[in-house]
Amino acid sequence: MNNWKMVTLVGEDQPGIVAQTTEALYQNSLTLGETSMMRLGGNFSMMMMVSGEGDLSAALAPVAQALNLRLHIDDIAGRLHQHLVPNIQIRVMGADQPGIVARVTGALAASGFNILELESDVAGTAQEPVYIMTIQGISDATVETLQQAVDSLSEEGVDVSVSAIETLFA
Amino acid sequence: MPILEILTIPDARLKQSSEPVECFDDELHAFIAELEETRLAGPAAVGIAAPQVGRFQRIVILDCSQTRRPVPHHGHLILINPEITHWEGFELGREGCLSVPDYTGNVIRAERIKLVAQSPQGETHEYEMESYEARVLQHEVDHLDGLLFLDRVVSRRTDLFQRKVYKKGST
Repeated sequence: MNNWKMVTLVGEDQPGIVAQTTEALYQNSLTLGETSMMRLGGNFSMMMMVSGEGDLSAALAPVAQALNLRLHIDDIAGRLHQHLVPNIQIRVMGADQPGIVARVTGALAASGFNILELESDVAGTAQEPVYIMTIQGISDATVETLQQAVDSLSEEGVDVSVSAIETLFA
Repeated sequence: MPILEILTIPDARLKQSSEPVECFDDELHAFIAELEETRLAGPAAVGIAAPQVGRFQRIVILDCSQTRRPVPHHGHLILINPEITHWEGFELGREGCLSVPDYTGNVIRAERIKLVAQSPQGETHEYEMESYEARVLQHEVDHLDGLLFLDRVVSRRTDLFQRKVYKKGST
């Protein structure tokens, strides 16, 4: 059962997408691993690790057609139980402007920061959009070093705060 | 001294409530020594509760003196019949657990707490705890009530972003 594939399904949001998709996988003896599913801008997007002997394309094609979803399947080398625990969290907020993500993550990458999760959203109003992003990742660099790396952005009205995540293990 | 077996999910016994300790005898002290040995045996845990090894009595051990970044703490504590009497503030933090292998999640906990607990000799003490140590204590007391951090995990999207900004702006 190590033949994991990454399945991407995207389409206009409507109730029942997850239920019908996962039912089709189940009926075809396909197994889910780690997944991420979320509504983004009126679309529902699913990324799923799937494994099993069944024919994945054939299993999902009818559902994709019925729900008008776009389907993409990749062979992957990944497997389960490869979790990394983040030690740094970064919160970004500022008036929406081009390049916020590129500049923040560029500064972080230059400091050897490895992003594990990134979520971003546009809040505020259509007239005054506010970009909000949270990043969790791993870095050997200190909070202070990372904060310095992103501080120049604050002069441009983007508030970036770096903090440590001390994961409780008990 | 034997290392005790840690119960892991989906073992239903982890949902069981634990009984108060009434007898502060040598047998209790011997068990506490084994529980401590077990806490230290695996990947270093900052706390452990008796029901995690299948003994359903209100006994916890915590030690926040060895964290990567120093936090306010009371050192090594053995708490019998701990009872939280006051909760204040709230804070999001990431938690893992010996009973939940290979998973961590975000949980909201009170930032500051007061509690009463007995020592292994049965003397009553009061404590005030904050931040990380308060989180560990709440995590352990949950075990005594048959709760895991999984019962309190919040969505990754749930964040206290606005509150942090508010605090920052007000200083």
